[in-house]
Amino acid sequence: MTEPRVMIVDDHQLFRAGVRAELESLLEIAGEAAGVEEAVTAIGQLRPDVVLLDVHMPDGGGVEVIRRAAAAGGQLPSFLALSVSDDPDDVIAVVRAGARGYVTKNISGEDLADAVRRVHGGDAVFSPRLAGFVLDAFAGPAPQPASDLDGLTPREREVLQHLARGYMYKEIALRLSISVKTVEAHVSSVLRKLQLSSRHELSRWAAERRLS
Amino acid sequence: MTAAARAGRLRRDRAAGWLGGVCAGIARRLGVDANLVRVAFVVATAAGGIGVALYALAWLVVPAGDAAGRTPRARTGRAALEVALGSGLLLMSLLLAARGLGLPFSDAVVWPLVLIVTGGVLIWRQSQGSSTEASTGAEPAPERPGAVLVADSAPAPADPAEVARASAVAVSRTGVGVALVLAAGLVFLQATGALSAARDVLLAVLAVVVVLSVIFAPWIVRLARSLASERAERIRSQERAEMAAHLHDSVLQTLAMVQRRAADPQEVAALARRQERELRSWLAGRPASGQSHHLVAALEAAAAEVEDRHGVAVEVVAVGDSELDPATEAAVAAAREAMTNAAKFGQGSPVDVYAECSDSRLQVFIRDRGPGFEPQAAPADRRGVRESIVGRMERHGGRAAITSAPGAGTEVELLLERGGGSA
Repeated sequence: MTEPRVMIVDDHQLFRAGVRAELESLLEIAGEAAGVEEAVTAIGQLRPDVVLLDVHMPDGGGVEVIRRAAAAGGQLPSFLALSVSDDPDDVIAVVRAGARGYVTKNISGEDLADAVRRVHGGDAVFSPRLAGFVLDAFAGPAPQPASDLDGLTPREREVLQHLARGYMYKEIALRLSISVKTVEAHVSSVLRKLQLSSRHELSRWAAERRLS
Repeated sequence: MTAAARAGRLRRDRAAGWLGGVCAGIARRLGVDANLVRVAFVVATAAGGIGVALYALAWLVVPAGDAAGRTPRARTGRAALEVALGSGLLLMSLLLAARGLGLPFSDAVVWPLVLIVTGGVLIWRQSQGSSTEASTGAEPAPERPGAVLVADSAPAPADPAEVARASAVAVSRTGVGVALVLAAGLVFLQATGALSAARDVLLAVLAVVVVLSVIFAPWIVRLARSLASERAERIRSQERAEMAAHLHDSVLQTLAMVQRRAADPQEVAALARRQERELRSWLAGRPASGQSHHLVAALEAAAAEVEDRHGVAVEVVAVGDSELDPATEAAVAAAREAMTNAAKFGQGSPVDVYAECSDSRLQVFIRDRGPGFEPQAAPADRRGVRESIVGRMERHGGRAAITSAPGAGTEVELLLERGGGSA
């Protein structure tokens, strides 16, 4: 399989340069964009495979890029959110909008390249922090009437907990005596639930966050 | 007058009384049945109306003070209404009686007087705050002349909804009183034929108000707006000054330090992490330091401490939170110990901390990616630390397990079953 072509969308020039320098030797860089408008145009012209997406940008952020790229039609790239934001609302919003995962900006270059490849291959990428957010979002009893999308299976919960504890897919597979493919399937299933769940915008968790 | 002379010890007994508690108070003082006193008053009233005057005087002069230990009559909102109606009717009967005796005055005086007295009593009693209590069954407080609102005199209302309801009732009752007094005025004007004149005056005033407000409205609106925007601008500039001060004290200082220590990457990384943490907590509106009473904040504080001391990144991910109690505090202390361990023996690998807290249990995982060790062949110094982790957890009814293998890092798991819903 050829290396995926990556586009970097971030409003900080310095950060784009940093990511480009780290990824250049590992992947092919298709281009950069500094804002929503620029990103949507560039996605249409350059047709990258994976877009590294900043959650926060002055003119709308990652959610807006995904929404408008989808509205523009054509074959969509995979999106991977990459952000310094600690706010679960923002992160979950981007993932629900269609991002295949979320990693924090302090991720190492190699890990980032690995995450890009995995997203390109159709997998989901959960950093420990995102795993924590998702577990939080799905904590508590499901609303009535609950669909299958409104809860996690015990196995999915177990996988997420291991992700939150800092385990790699391979390590999780080893610990739970399942294949790496199965781990990936569980994570993808959680991502799908997160995107499609009718859990009322994950209200319990949202309410709690606002309280604290 | 007996009432005035013995006022020092005579108290109106509102709890047992019908109207103002005058008869009941006198009866208690004299040690006779209250009904006897009441009959005496009625007789006095029949004989030329002196009873009413006496009663009213006593009501005004004699302070209220209810017998302790006696169950007060339920003070519902209706008490004030009853009192007001009673006063009105009493006055009406008095006036009618007076007319029957041949005093010449017309209906134009009777009805307004009755209405005004009824409404006045209602407002008066309301503003005295003595007539009604939202909370029944509480020991009645002695009348406080300064009390303004009913809700004010209710003894420590437990429920804000209760207070709101009580004050709403008070307002509506005052409203009824005001309406009655206004009606009295109207009836009087109507009966004396002065209503049309009053209407003309009112109309003129209204016209002037409308004309003036049309003329001055733009200025007033503009003034209000400019005042508001000035205020907003002032708040903004204050915020900006505050933010500038904060950034100067924190971020700029750190950047200056980073430039001077550029030769030492580990030191620079530690500085950057400390600054990042500080800035994040500032952005999230959390206090920068200080004793926290919540589990997650305490874990984060412990992680920050370890990070600073050992120059290793410690990432905390938490699901759920709870208040600290001795057991969870012990878990935090054990977690801090485990983080220190991970930082010391993890050979600089980042430390992942994951805490999951529900009402029924608390789990904390501390994991490093260091060289790991053979649990059976644990070095002595580690055994000591392990004691302080495992032992500490067990003393508080919890468990701790340490998993490690050469080359696979080390993970410490802390488990605390909780009695359910203590948070």
